[in-house]
Amino acid sequence: MAGVPQRLRTTWREVPLARHLVLAAIGLVLVAFTLPAVGDFRATQLTELAYIALAAAGLTVLTGLNGQLSLGHGALMAVGAYTTALLLDERDAGPPLVLVVLAAVAATLAVGVVVGVAAARLHGPYLAGATLAMAVAVPGIAVHFRDQLGGEQGLRTYTPEIPGWAADAAYYLTGSDPSRSTYVAFLAWATLLLGLVLLANLARSRTGRRWAAVRDDEVAAELAGIHLGRARVSAFAVSAAAAGAAGAMLAIADRNVAPGAFNLNLSMTLVAVVVLGGLGSLTGAIIGAAVLTLLVSFGPGLGRSLGLDDLASEQVAPLVAGLVTVAVILLAPRGLAGIAQGRLAARRARRAYTSAPSSDGGSPPSSSTPAGSGSAGTSTAVSTPTGKGTP
Amino acid sequence: MLQVEGLSAGYGPITALHDVTLGADEGRITAVLGANGAGKTTLLRTVSGLHPARTGTVRLGGQDITRHSAEAMPALGMAHVPEGRGVITELTVEENLRLGGLARGRVKTADLDRVWSLFPPLDERRRAAASTLSGGERQMLVVGRALMSRPSVLLLDEPSLGLAPRIVTQIFELVRGLVREEGLAVLLVEQNARSALSVADRGVVLNLGRVVADDDAAVLAGDDQLRHAYLGF
Amino acid sequence: MQQLVNTALGGITLGMVFAAFALALVMIWRSTRIVNFAQAAMAMVTTMLALSLIERGWSYWAAFLAALATGFVLGAVIERTLVRRVEGGPELNAVILTLGLFIVLTAGAEIVFGSDYRSFPVPFSLSGTEIGGTTYALTGFDIFTVVAVLVTMGLLLALFQFTDIGLRMRAAAHQQEVARLLGVKVGRMLTLGWALAAVVGSLSGLLIGGGSLVHPHYMESVVVFGFVAAVLGGLDSPAGAVVGGLLLGVTLSFVSGYVGSGLVALAALVVLVVVLMVRPGGLFSATTARRV
Ligand SMILES: Nc1ncnc2c1ncn2[C@@H]1O[C@H](COP(=O)(O)OP(=O)(O)OP(=O)(O)O)[C@@H](O)[C@H]1O
Ligand SMILES: [Mg+2]
Repeated sequence: MAGVPQRLRTTWREVPLARHLVLAAIGLVLVAFTLPAVGDFRATQLTELAYIALAAAGLTVLTGLNGQLSLGHGALMAVGAYTTALLLDERDAGPPLVLVVLAAVAATLAVGVVVGVAAARLHGPYLAGATLAMAVAVPGIAVHFRDQLGGEQGLRTYTPEIPGWAADAAYYLTGSDPSRSTYVAFLAWATLLLGLVLLANLARSRTGRRWAAVRDDEVAAELAGIHLGRARVSAFAVSAAAAGAAGAMLAIADRNVAPGAFNLNLSMTLVAVVVLGGLGSLTGAIIGAAVLTLLVSFGPGLGRSLGLDDLASEQVAPLVAGLVTVAVILLAPRGLAGIAQGRLAARRARRAYTSAPSSDGGSPPSSSTPAGSGSAGTSTAVSTPTGKGTP
Repeated sequence: MLQVEGLSAGYGPITALHDVTLGADEGRITAVLGANGAGKTTLLRTVSGLHPARTGTVRLGGQDITRHSAEAMPALGMAHVPEGRGVITELTVEENLRLGGLARGRVKTADLDRVWSLFPPLDERRRAAASTLSGGERQMLVVGRALMSRPSVLLLDEPSLGLAPRIVTQIFELVRGLVREEGLAVLLVEQNARSALSVADRGVVLNLGRVVADDDAAVLAGDDQLRHAYLGF
Repeated sequence: MQQLVNTALGGITLGMVFAAFALALVMIWRSTRIVNFAQAAMAMVTTMLALSLIERGWSYWAAFLAALATGFVLGAVIERTLVRRVEGGPELNAVILTLGLFIVLTAGAEIVFGSDYRSFPVPFSLSGTEIGGTTYALTGFDIFTVVAVLVTMGLLLALFQFTDIGLRMRAAAHQQEVARLLGVKVGRMLTLGWALAAVVGSLSGLLIGGGSLVHPHYMESVVVFGFVAAVLGGLDSPAGAVVGGLLLGVTLSFVSGYVGSGLVALAALVVLVVVLMVRPGGLFSATTARRV
């Protein structure tokens, strides 16, 4: 009896790649069915959610897993977005979209390596300040190189048509032709899910364990033969790549890439999302991005009902995001995911306590890792034992 | 002067002090002895309010000061020279001393002059950064700084640490003189039991956070068994 | 030649403001080992408040003082109610807290004051000074800026060097536990330190905003410039902050004048990275091997 199902269960538990792929596939199918039904407006919001979540996922790996804070991920998104815009600058003549996104990722990865090399030598407030400077400096480059990068007006992006097969598939699945917004949302979600699978596996891999070891105790990690600099730079590069993919999606969704989109607000938003989700948790990054998107869609209404004018109402969302960031760091430094995980862990522990370990060879529940969809290890970054200041 | 009764304190699951009772009288030096980790520093920190007491009381001149904060101690007449001395190296010699006087509200020139005359090496270096002082000079500085607040009880945590025997003797003799002339009560924590007992009137031996002996210094110094078991000389 | 002089003069004025801002960062860093990333936003709020008061008919000087006083209260309240809880904890938490405050204050200011660009009037001439037939770009307000920063620095120096409260503040900043044993109410001193730093920050906000356009984001780049200036001087050294501010001000003025204003922040980033890589302890530190 315990043959195939048992083997499946063991695979599920012990092969994270299989688990993550299955979850991502399920997610993609869900998205494919939901998107056409929600209408263009919601699809646009879901697109934004997807690319914010993707960039935040990259940042959460860097900050939560490796202990490096970056306030400059908005600038890294700009690198991805501008690469995309430069490649898609002609109507109907662009290279295949997959190649464009890969190029955006590659460009941002390269920038990430360079920034990472510098960042690897910094810590805490120094790193925060340096990446903050990057967030403020990068949009200025686009303004300065007006001829190549379009100045304040930015660059126009021409998205390729929906490929015939995709339109056909959508038609057979849902009975209607997909709109452009739906198509872009699907692209963004597919990219997000793929990114999450890759990040989750990296986090569980040897590389991920090295990142965490460096975060937890540099000396111990170095004694264990881990090259500190290499671990830090690779974490930064991977994180940047995710931001680059997010930037590419932003460019495709907005059809225009301008420096104003990559202001300090964007970088701050990403930090808020990551803190909200609990530093280090990929699931948390999605939750955080979702909460923020909800805020952005309900904030203005709330503001207007409080008697604010339209412009002021736009600021309700960032205000709440900032307040929540402050509250989370003071009250629940492990974020929303941390709270949920705490509950889950408590329940698991109770169950493990009441039911004896099963005799069928499965490991007792207490020793299994939480199987949340792509939770990147523990989210303990906020208690990272970094030295206070320098002598 | 200072009465400690049934004092317990600890760090998380560790209990570092168990039900400690002892006293420090005016005009006398009470030595607190014991090996590394015996709880001597914890005792002083709990007495001066840097560390919370779990049970027990600390009285100063009859007043219960167990729950008073460390900031309030100088005004009550207690001065604590912490382990490692606590020279503020970023300040000058004189600034360190003035800070001691401020503990009592105002810096009195007479107090400053007294310290200059007690410690001529400091007088020569009033405006020097405290970071440039030698170990012995630093010890003078912290004792002088404590005196600036005109205390009635002085807590000293291992003043001999890292100093040449000659300097240790000098410092002990100076403290002895102050006690004789001003009726100060001194609680002197030392690992160096032999020299501490030679200067002290009374001795209390701590072991793993408990008082295992409390007697006249001469009696303790003469008790071979105790010396071998706890004092290591 | 005239352009060169003008650029240098502009750089010095700008540098004085950066110096003030960096000094505020250094004051907080020395006492609580926290870089206050919310400082620019705090200064922006008090400056916007001053402008609103002026628009309601207050005199410049009354509004100026009101902004400094508000800065004092804001700094004290923020330290006492929020920052106190992360002091001595993981440094990441403190960084994130001040960033969160930055977001809150900026969004809050947009709600309260609106997001328009508004011009900030000053009771000084805003045209250049004529010396020997040539007009130099040194306005009355520029002179006021330099004087105001110098006076503030003098006052701070006097406070820290020659008063009892200043001595207590320094003791609290350097050795909290010893200070407590000497009767210093450390918490109170740290609150006071944040309050004074916020006053200095507010001053730089008023000086940057004066005579030009202000809006809730006008200080955003200054947080970077102030930080770079502070790191240039070593983050621990008030004198270093002043020199760092001046150096950065002049450098950026030349970049803006001769290369392009869009690249000013990039130039600051380059300066920062070079300093952190080559002399992490700042330009004036004795040791070069210091972890940053
Ligand atoms: N901050 C702390 N956290 C946890 N345990 C502590 C702490 N400080 C002291 N202890 C423990 O409390 C006990 C008493 O320590 P204490 O420093 O009082 O000893 P001591 O007698 O002063 O030793 P020494 O002669 O080495 O200075 C020891 O077991 C020590 O490990
Ligand atoms: Mg000790």
